[in-house]
Amino acid sequence: MYDKGKVIVGLVVFLGFATFPFYNNIGKKSAVPEPNLKTPVIEQMVVKKCIEPKEIMRGEHMQILNQWRDTVVREGERKKMTIGGVEIDTSLQKGCLHCHSNKKKFCDACHNYLSVKPYCWDCHFDPKERDV
Amino acid sequence: MGAIMSFVGVLALVLIAILGAKANLHLVFGVLFPYAAVLTLLIGLTVRVVRWAKSPVPFRIPTTCGQQKSLPWIKHSRIENPTTIWGVLVRMFFEVFLFRSLFRNTKIEMHKGPHLAQGSSKWLWMAGLAFHWSFLIILIRHLRFFTEEVPFAVSVTEYLDSFLQIGVPLLYMTDLVILGAITFLYFRRVIIPQVSYISLPADYFPLVLIFSIAGSGVLMRYFTKTHIVGVKAYTMSLVSLRPMMSMPEGVGTIFWVHLFLVCVLFVYFPWSKLVHMAGVFMSPTRNMANNSRIVRHVNPWQTKYKGRTYVDYENDFREKMISVGVPVEKQESESAEPAAEKE
Ligand code: HEC
Ligand code: HEC
Ligand code: HEC
Ligand code: HEM
Repeated sequence: MYDKGKVIVGLVVFLGFATFPFYNNIGKKSAVPEPNLKTPVIEQMVVKKCIEPKEIMRGEHMQILNQWRDTVVREGERKKMTIGGVEIDTSLQKGCLHCHSNKKKFCDACHNYLSVKPYCWDCHFDPKERDV
Repeated sequence: MGAIMSFVGVLALVLIAILGAKANLHLVFGVLFPYAAVLTLLIGLTVRVVRWAKSPVPFRIPTTCGQQKSLPWIKHSRIENPTTIWGVLVRMFFEVFLFRSLFRNTKIEMHKGPHLAQGSSKWLWMAGLAFHWSFLIILIRHLRFFTEEVPFAVSVTEYLDSFLQIGVPLLYMTDLVILGAITFLYFRRVIIPQVSYISLPADYFPLVLIFSIAGSGVLMRYFTKTHIVGVKAYTMSLVSLRPMMSMPEGVGTIFWVHLFLVCVLFVYFPWSKLVHMAGVFMSPTRNMANNSRIVRHVNPWQTKYKGRTYVDYENDFREKMISVGVPVEKQESESAEPAAEKE
């Protein structure tokens, strides 16, 4: 092999980067977040359900929020809806967070796990944590 | 021909992934293939680089793109025609990060007259750069699936990439750029007759394959959705070498397709033209200083020439020379002793 020194240094650097996820995690058991549903409002619900079934909520919840925002901010329509006996506004604080009043243990649990940082809280209130 | 065949090929791969998902062959598609693919990629790249390093490069290959260092009053181009390792490092930097050589791309056209015109052509360079940078940024962003505490560098990349704050989930600019750039690169090969003429299936296939990977990723993020918490639980289980024995529920067929195409890409990578990723670092016209006139370069496989004097010759053939009557300087009896001492 010619220029052995340089080639080997290059290979080691490359392999170091490429295998970083492996040696960084090997053998570790990472905790999968379980969104906490224990809030005063949800505890009182007879049928515990969200706006849509859970499987859909997981992927689509941001789109629902986006639609609500558009109807409120752009069309000026504030609607009310009843879900499982709970009346809510189409609103971030008075909707989602009315039931999910434990943002840190619910929304943030997932978001931190996946490094999602919704910028909503730049303006919207970070509500007081209420759980049981 | 290749343009269509590569579509059919990738389509077949997608079908295989869908069948795998339907049959829920997790151990094959979700464990065996990803590990095998990563191993093939890493070992393959190493083998290729070592093989290249074994071929001798006896001389400096200075493909000059700038003025060589010569007389003091002639301006020397330090980066385009470097004589030192530092100059070479800067040249390599421009080559690897900005595709300097491609920037020189020209096109030649025949006009009426007949009259040959040559001009600069930057489209290939631009699309190539856009494509490669997007690919790199997407790979860096994907590290969020492979690290428990997502590193700061990754969060910053995500933040900058979604800076425009369009829609939810936030639109990543690189997603648009990579799809746009690959589309351009593909149609460049299909439409321009000269390029089409020299294009092989091996040129179309990687483009279609990478387009499909990015396309399935985009579908997954913005349209069909997947259960990302489940995906990360799965990817973390892979990199901690404690693989899950079944795919988390709700992940969806599209993730199987994305994953399988990535595995195919990894396996294909080291043995195809894509290995230019490693090759660019090994290209002799870029990584050698043009110091042929400053340093003596000895051909590395040259056998050492010891030299052969008349005395050696006579020592070897004295008997025969005497027997046919050729005059010799020394007689037989003296031949055993070294000639030099006799002198
Ligand atoms: C009426 C109360 C209520 C409201 C309002 C509500 N949720 Fe829920 N949410 C629930 C309940 C109860 C569940 C658990 C459903 C289940 O287990 O099937 C849930 C589940 C979810 C899940 C899935 C969690 C998991 O385990 O993966 C997400 C994500 C979610 N909600 C987000 C939202 C968002 C975003 C909003 C506002 C747009 C919202 N929810 C509004 C009660 C509510
Ligand atoms: C620049 C500041 C700002 C940011 C960032 C922001 N909002 Fe808002 N949002 C507002 C304002 C102002 C209103 C109008 C409040 C009103 O009239 O009640 C509003 C209203 C809403 C509403 C309907 C009314 C309500 O009470 O909730 C929703 C839903 C909403 N925003 C969701 C979001 C989401 C989701 C995000 C993040 C993706 C977000 N917003 C980011 C400023 C912001
Ligand atoms: C099951 C886990 C989970 C829960 C619970 C959850 N989210 Fe999310 N959320 C996600 C994921 C994952 C994304 C990013 C999707 C992607 O990257 O494709 C996301 C994205 C978002 C976005 C878009 C932000 C962006 O930058 O793209 C908003 C807004 C949001 N979530 C609001 C909420 C709110 C409000 C709650 C609590 C009521 C909540 N989410 C609960 C997993 C969750
Ligand atoms: C060559 C490698 C890969 C390329 C080019 C690629 C490309 C993409 C692209 C363009 C997206 C769109 C969203 C975004 O940009 O984040 C995406 C999303 C995604 N990719 Fe990949 N990917 C690759 C490897 C992988 C691997 C190895 C995995 C996991 C095993 C993976 C899992 C995912 C998932 C889960 C999403 C959806 C992300 C979301 O919804 O936010 N990808 N991919």
